[in-house]
Amino acid sequence: MTRYVLRRLGHALVVLWGAVTLSFLVVQLIPGDPARIMLGGGASGGEGAGAADDGQVAALRTELGLDRPVLAQYAAYLVRVVTLDWGTSFAKRQPVTDVIASGLESTLQLGAASIALTVVLGMLFGLGGVLLPGRWVRSAFQSITVLGIAVPSFWLAILLLQVFSFGLGWFPAFGAGSPAALVLPALTLALLSAGTLGQLLTRGIEDGLREPYADTARARGLSRAGVVLRHVLRNASLPVFTMVGMLIGSILSGATIVETIYGRPGVGNLFVVAVQARDFPLIQALVVLTGGVFVLVTLVVDIAYRWIDPRVVEPDRREGARRPRERAGAAA
Amino acid sequence: MIARALGSAGAALRQPGAVAAALVLAVLVGWALAPTAFAPLDPVHDLDAAAPLAPPSAAHWFGTDVLGRDVFSRVVHGARVSLLAGLVAVAISLTIGTALGIVAAYAGRWTDTAISRSVDVLVAIPGLLLSMALVSILGFGVDRVAIAVGLAGIPGFVRIARAETIRILSLPYFDAARTSGTRPLRILASHVLPNATGPVVVLAGLELGGAILAVAGLSFLGFGAVPPLPEWGSMVNEGRLHIATAWWLTFFPGAVVAATVLALNRLSRNARRRA
Repeated sequence: MTRYVLRRLGHALVVLWGAVTLSFLVVQLIPGDPARIMLGGGASGGEGAGAADDGQVAALRTELGLDRPVLAQYAAYLVRVVTLDWGTSFAKRQPVTDVIASGLESTLQLGAASIALTVVLGMLFGLGGVLLPGRWVRSAFQSITVLGIAVPSFWLAILLLQVFSFGLGWFPAFGAGSPAALVLPALTLALLSAGTLGQLLTRGIEDGLREPYADTARARGLSRAGVVLRHVLRNASLPVFTMVGMLIGSILSGATIVETIYGRPGVGNLFVVAVQARDFPLIQALVVLTGGVFVLVTLVVDIAYRWIDPRVVEPDRREGARRPRERAGAAA
Repeated sequence: MIARALGSAGAALRQPGAVAAALVLAVLVGWALAPTAFAPLDPVHDLDAAAPLAPPSAAHWFGTDVLGRDVFSRVVHGARVSLLAGLVAVAISLTIGTALGIVAAYAGRWTDTAISRSVDVLVAIPGLLLSMALVSILGFGVDRVAIAVGLAGIPGFVRIARAETIRILSLPYFDAARTSGTRPLRILASHVLPNATGPVVVLAGLELGGAILAVAGLSFLGFGAVPPLPEWGSMVNEGRLHIATAWWLTFFPGAVVAATVLALNRLSRNARRRA
């Protein structure tokens, strides 16, 4: 177990380092002079100074270290990342760390609320796919719940606004002040991922019902629903943990659009503003932040999963061992 | 032969979902290839000045927008932009991703490690955010958004192509080909590629839906299509100002995106079951 944790930790650090390198490359890969583009984007924002003069460009190049060799820039960048010195945001004219800190609370609230809602809805969808009476009803229910994969987040967000804010007037349409304002954005994000979660759960429960212990429980006189709720569900919930990383990813992606539509000043909205203004220091920090969150979450989930269920084999070993049998099963 | 045709018709009837999905796609391809045949009105210049913001009616099935343009015509003409952007994106992910995956599996050692770890890094940054970061490098416009979405979609293809190649390389006929002196490139072309196609094509179908969603999302955020051009995502964005009064501006373009992605997903999953 210790060896596994250390290996997993090493892998996480490598990926994190990769994300930092990628964010460094973002600025290196800009066609043309990054300093000129940044000044162009910055100047049109507030001061109306028009095109930046050569002196300003040169000053910025020195400030960003763009006049030094690439490797020296990279080394300096790594030091800045480690010391959390991200420089100044061009769009907001504040230190990048302050800008991100200002959006963090709103996004954390949205993230927590949507994860909670996703789990509740996913459970309902998953159980409905197994427990509803009649094959046709179950299959229709399942196809409705997976709509979330295909529905554009911006469309769903606007539909919910139209129905529940403008139509029924239950929730405020914009802002992040009250808990009521959190309901619709969280619901939008939850509806998008709960279908996948429910599908996974349904499949897990169906597999569980074919296990001998389910037969034993039925033989002891438990109803089908009783077996599912008391025995199978616990086993079937376990694989759902592996989805948490993906879930966080889809919430972060969705937050860009959802926060923009509902007017929430969160990290997702900051990403949109940063790209609109080509605010590269902010983009770099956000790339590392989202990559870091994903790495941390998957690390914790993988280790916890192995601790909860020691039967789990390491992914790469399992891959090699299982593939031939899977293929044989598919061909049969 | 007639019996076989009847048989496949019967098989189709047992899968009404797949048939509906195929119909949806056929209509969309028709819209993309010959938009004027389905919507005679010009999506940009035909303004019905008498009826701006008119709700859906017999004359304007999807209503009209602020300038009195027919929303249905704009949606029909938007099919070409969205489908083309999706195809470009998937073509980019498919060619680069498959090539890298095969190389990783075939070369092994540090090449494999380098490619696989890079893929891990790309996967760590959520797809839409990665596309947005790339858009900030490439600049704005539908074509650049399509390229960004395509580049962000590479990791999935690397992983599946790598796994498939490793599987094929472990099969006996690969050893037979190698020991009989076939050159590596020829082995790749005549043995690995054809056998790896199935799963890759299924992924391409699923990714096409995802790419269309992503392009629409980025256009909605204002990074893609420039206003007079009819594009589904940016149409929803334009309609946002009127969500309280004119629901049809956002409803129809968004519903068409959802139907497109749903149809593509359905058919890809069908193909996977058959493969």
